[in-house]
Amino acid sequence: MEFSVVWDNLPKLLQGAQLTLEITLLSLMIGLVIAVPVALMRRSKNPLLWMPAYGYILYFRGTPLLIQLFLIYYGSGQFRPELSDLGLWGLFREAYFCGVLALTLNTGAYTAEIFRGAIQAVPAGDVEAAKACGMGRILIFRRIILPKAIRLAWPMYGNEVVFLMQATSLVSVITLLDLTGIAGRIISKTFAVYEIYIMTALLYLAITYAIVFLFKRIEKRLNRHLA
Amino acid sequence: MFDLKGYGGLLLDGLWMTLAVGLSSMLLALLLGLLGSWAKLSRNPIAVWFADLYTTVVRGIPELILLLLVYFGIPTLIQDIAARFGHDITINLNPFMAGTLAIGFIYGAFSTEVFRGAFMSIAPGQLEAAKAMGMGRSLSFRRILLPQAMRFALPGLGNVWMVLIKATALVSIIQLDELMRKTKIAANATHEPFTFYFLASLLYLGLTIISMLVQSRAECWANRGVAER
Repeated sequence: MEFSVVWDNLPKLLQGAQLTLEITLLSLMIGLVIAVPVALMRRSKNPLLWMPAYGYILYFRGTPLLIQLFLIYYGSGQFRPELSDLGLWGLFREAYFCGVLALTLNTGAYTAEIFRGAIQAVPAGDVEAAKACGMGRILIFRRIILPKAIRLAWPMYGNEVVFLMQATSLVSVITLLDLTGIAGRIISKTFAVYEIYIMTALLYLAITYAIVFLFKRIEKRLNRHLA
Repeated sequence: MFDLKGYGGLLLDGLWMTLAVGLSSMLLALLLGLLGSWAKLSRNPIAVWFADLYTTVVRGIPELILLLLVYFGIPTLIQDIAARFGHDITINLNPFMAGTLAIGFIYGAFSTEVFRGAFMSIAPGQLEAAKAMGMGRSLSFRRILLPQAMRFALPGLGNVWMVLIKATALVSIIQLDELMRKTKIAANATHEPFTFYFLASLLYLGLTIISMLVQSRAECWANRGVAER
């Protein structure tokens, strides 16, 4: 084993980790903005609202992320003239944009499903009590349903964040130099295959358990009134 | 709806390969899951430590990294070790084997947790009763523990399978001719990447939907002896 190779390339790997974290955070934030309305649409009784939400969730949870990524990155090429007319081709040509878009749509679907489950799990008695107190629909949602649903969804959302962070490794396949991408590039120069991959794996492991730790801490805080 | 330009057969070939690598990985995952849960629930501290290490490490590393590590890393590692002892050998894992090993190893960790939960939800009185009847350890495992645990494990194992079959798309990266890679060939040849990737995604979606239906049937079947609540 050549430990010096690992040591020499550690700064580059950390740079890659930075891009990994950046893409994770960006996709998570936009994904959350998509997920909340989709979860509410999914719970609606109006077929014009719940059917598109159901289709979106089913498609993005039922197909591999890799294919979603290729569909956006390579597939957009088929519509190049149309996208150019709309002035969007400049965006779809960028691997970064396509990577974030695919990850965002993917995590949006998973998060919507988590959030839907959490809203459903809010006890009916809580809502009835709020109604009896004379609260309106919006007030009930804001004061009763939302806070409870967030507490219920939090542990599952933590899992989703971990999965998404690990899933960002796929963007290396469409040429982005995230942690996995950088590792591949270093290996093609140094031939230190397992040394670099093991170091990469350790870095992912560290990020994963940092996220797990953070979510556990916040979970404790969210539930501090129950202790 | 789709003009496949004669590439439909190619995609179907790929679909079979996806199913083959998916099923063989699932088999390995089930074996590792049984072994891992048995180790986690044993009283041997070394076995518990190894099983905890296994699930902790696997859940902390992306599938792609583990796949690349198995396919490229392990042969090189073995060659380096052999070279140190003065042997010059060349090892090549074929993509099917590397894919099965990597995917099976990863989802073995997830099934370990599923089986552990299932075994723990069986009342200890069941095993005590089996012992009192004079059953040995392996007989009571086979006749009492496993049949009841399978009922609890079924929903979790169904989820593992549905995530696993989607994860097999990654094996295309190490050049196994499964659905994803066949699709790439068709997409490049016809210059219609969207058509073909979309079609392939519908095939994956079909697999997911069929799996969901089979799972709910299987759960009905497994719970047929249990009164509805």
